[in-house]
Amino acid sequence: MYDVVIIGAGVSGCAAARELSRYQLNICVIEKEEDVCCGTSKANSAIVHAGFDAPGGSLMAKLNVEGNERMEELSKELDVPFRRNGSLVVCLHEEELPGLKTLYERGLKNGVRNLRIIDREELKELEPNISDDAVAALYAPTAGIICPFALNLALAENAAVNGVEFWFDTEVTGFGRGEGCWNIHTSQGEFKSRYVVNAAGVYADLLHNMVSGRKLHITPRRGEYCLLDRSAAGFVTHTMFQLPGKYGKGVLVTPTVHGNILIGPTAEDLEDREGTNTTQAGIQELMKKAEATVKGIPFHEVITSFAGLRAHEDGHEFCIGEVEDAPGFIDCAGIESPGLTASPVIGSMVADIIYRLEQPRLNPDFTGSRKGILDPKTLSTEEHAALIRTNPAYGNIVCRCEMITEGEILDAVNRPLGAKSLDGVKRRTRAGMGRCQGGFCSPKVMELLAGERNIKISEITKSGGASQMIAGINKDR
Amino acid sequence: MQNYDIVIVGGGPAGLAAAIAAKEHGVESILVLERDQELGGILNQCIHNGFGLHTFEEELTGPEYAARFIERLLEAGISYKLNTMVLEISAQKVVTAMNRTEGIMQISAQAVILAMGCRERSRGALNIPGFRPAGIYSAGTAQRLVNMEGYLPGRRAVILGSGDIGLIMARRMTLEGAKVQVVAELLPYSGGLKRNIVQCLDDFGIPLKLSHTVVNIHGRKRVEGVTIARVDDNRKPVPGTEEYYECDTLLLSCGLIPENELSKGLGIEMNPVTSGPKVNESFQTSAEGVFACGNVLHVHDLVDFVSREAQAAGKYAALYVKNQAGHEEFGDIPVAAEQGVRYTVPNTVNPGRMEEALTLRFRVGDVYKNCYVAVYLNDQRICHRKKQVLAPGEMEEVVLKKEELHAVADLTQITVKLEED
Repeated sequence: MYDVVIIGAGVSGCAAARELSRYQLNICVIEKEEDVCCGTSKANSAIVHAGFDAPGGSLMAKLNVEGNERMEELSKELDVPFRRNGSLVVCLHEEELPGLKTLYERGLKNGVRNLRIIDREELKELEPNISDDAVAALYAPTAGIICPFALNLALAENAAVNGVEFWFDTEVTGFGRGEGCWNIHTSQGEFKSRYVVNAAGVYADLLHNMVSGRKLHITPRRGEYCLLDRSAAGFVTHTMFQLPGKYGKGVLVTPTVHGNILIGPTAEDLEDREGTNTTQAGIQELMKKAEATVKGIPFHEVITSFAGLRAHEDGHEFCIGEVEDAPGFIDCAGIESPGLTASPVIGSMVADIIYRLEQPRLNPDFTGSRKGILDPKTLSTEEHAALIRTNPAYGNIVCRCEMITEGEILDAVNRPLGAKSLDGVKRRTRAGMGRCQGGFCSPKVMELLAGERNIKISEITKSGGASQMIAGINKDR
Repeated sequence: MQNYDIVIVGGGPAGLAAAIAAKEHGVESILVLERDQELGGILNQCIHNGFGLHTFEEELTGPEYAARFIERLLEAGISYKLNTMVLEISAQKVVTAMNRTEGIMQISAQAVILAMGCRERSRGALNIPGFRPAGIYSAGTAQRLVNMEGYLPGRRAVILGSGDIGLIMARRMTLEGAKVQVVAELLPYSGGLKRNIVQCLDDFGIPLKLSHTVVNIHGRKRVEGVTIARVDDNRKPVPGTEEYYECDTLLLSCGLIPENELSKGLGIEMNPVTSGPKVNESFQTSAEGVFACGNVLHVHDLVDFVSREAQAAGKYAALYVKNQAGHEEFGDIPVAAEQGVRYTVPNTVNPGRMEEALTLRFRVGDVYKNCYVAVYLNDQRICHRKKQVLAPGEMEEVVLKKEELHAVADLTQITVKLEED
């Protein structure tokens, strides 16, 4: 019997798990995929919003601004790459200036600090590649960029270290009521828990509707993106939005915290909750739209494109709270943008709900800090050389595009909730995330994974399940 | 700090030939840095034959061809380091490199030869829509898995791109027990060698669909199929021509990109057409004492020509180190690529430094039939050679003679172009 079972190991579920691990509770996270950060949390804009977008007075607005404020400290505590690069909402049409003013005022009301509207001249100074059509922009210096994988992984690892259990490849199929508990039916058998946290992303409405008569409806809203190589670094330095208006919503052009340029997302409502395929129309659309904001985007530097699904709830609001007609069942649903920004606060909010209901004692062994995978590129030459002397694996480059060493990959595999697949290694270390997209390093990473996990190469997968990398050995039939 | 006269970045065919030539021209202190665990580079995974027809007048496999050069390198006593990654090259020609055993090294060189080779264009760079499952490999990665590790990437494959590696892998996968259903090529012609189309596709009954591309990839975890469509003259898919192929593997052979991150770090002037450095007749880049050869300079079809080019680069690097590079009474004459000629290597020629004969290599931008390759010195045509077929997949060459260049007063431009008559 668990005290809390959290369904979904995305950023919300893992944030909740970490916050709950501050208490003496028996907690388990169950996840249908093979790793943390496999759904919405892995494919998004990777930005920390300032908080001027969400309607005043909404939960979204509140959690956005609070999440933004907490991100700096949290990123230090959990060793997650985060940088306040500032965002710009670019106004491309003189007649839309009132819209920019409205956004500015909303931001003030939401409590966003240091917001101001800048003229074309200052904008051009901040972003030399800005479109000739740009007339002004809303500048939010508090906005930032973050590695979404690292945040999700750090929250999960820290929760695990503080005693939270994780079950992967475990899909929830239904719920029953037991004596003072929920019976959670899954593909790996039944789990019993006094509380259930529903952080199931685009599936959260399905789970909610299994236990509640007050129906929830979530639409998987696809967003497609293009990612440019790090060689395009510096093309823009701020997160550049377009002012939504009668000409449409536009797409953003932003640096990532690792120095790539990210362009996207489109917005397309789907029925398929696994519809993370990109489309020709989508990629063309976002390229065209991005060019309205900045000129001369080096599209020949595109190294990959991908799509994520937003968990769009009909009311466009975070649904966080105990479900009225299902006591002990706590929703953490409708978490779309600015969900990544809000995630630290979402975690606290879920923990507070359970704290109020349960009054658990503090976990005396809780440790809030976590060290990420050591990246030798952050060391001085002398420090790196010393590291190689103690551990030669840090002298062997496996991924030549991102310059990732064997030492980092071994760490990624062997640390708590270690990587089991190529994508798992990639999200933890960036091996395979560069310009050759794993062309050179994937055979080497496969070998390292097989060796460390003591499994056959034929069992190595790209992303768990039936995603085996090879079909067999030569001439085997 | 270690010191060498010449440091060569890359121990593939280009690096090996450059090292041997530099030694033959009197430089003793040479170091080859190789990031993989053995010398020979990509030749090690090219176990098919057809290498060395020009160099040795024999048909060798890739490893055999490499072995001949490796033997000569060893006989010459040239130093090399394996499993060693070059991290940076400074303007002062200090090479920072790293490996497990020696840690981080600083190596000072009189001359540096860039011979890093190239990488394959990935699915992402091609913007192929669809899911991102396992089973999508660049042809070279699949070649490594099959030929060096002994693993079969999949059992039913579709290949996009008819570059040579793709064609070779169509045959290899078939021989290893997979079914290759089709090779789709975006362009109306193949980028591969004619002999490979015959020997790797025709002989095995594998269809080649020109002017076709992959417009969708199906399967969430592992490839389940791909959709192929015909493309119009603008290379845009034509609606209604889609065909679904059930397969578990998609191999991509859609072009090679010279790996010039180190060159860019050095601030070397690049040629946007080749994605390689601009070089003069001595294969010297815009950074003095830094030379380039092989696929890092421009992508080759035949390793024999890589070896020849690298030998020249090695020789000129040796002359540079020994301060015997030709006199400077002549300026560098630019070579223009016009009318169907996409680029030339080298980009400039110095009539003072050049040899008696200099090979100019180039590629054309389309398929041309019954036309003439013309070379002009200023306005004077000195070469007019009929070619039955010219194709982008086959590198061409013309030879410039020193005496011809010296014979033209006030030479300001050399032009290579195609003419109809």
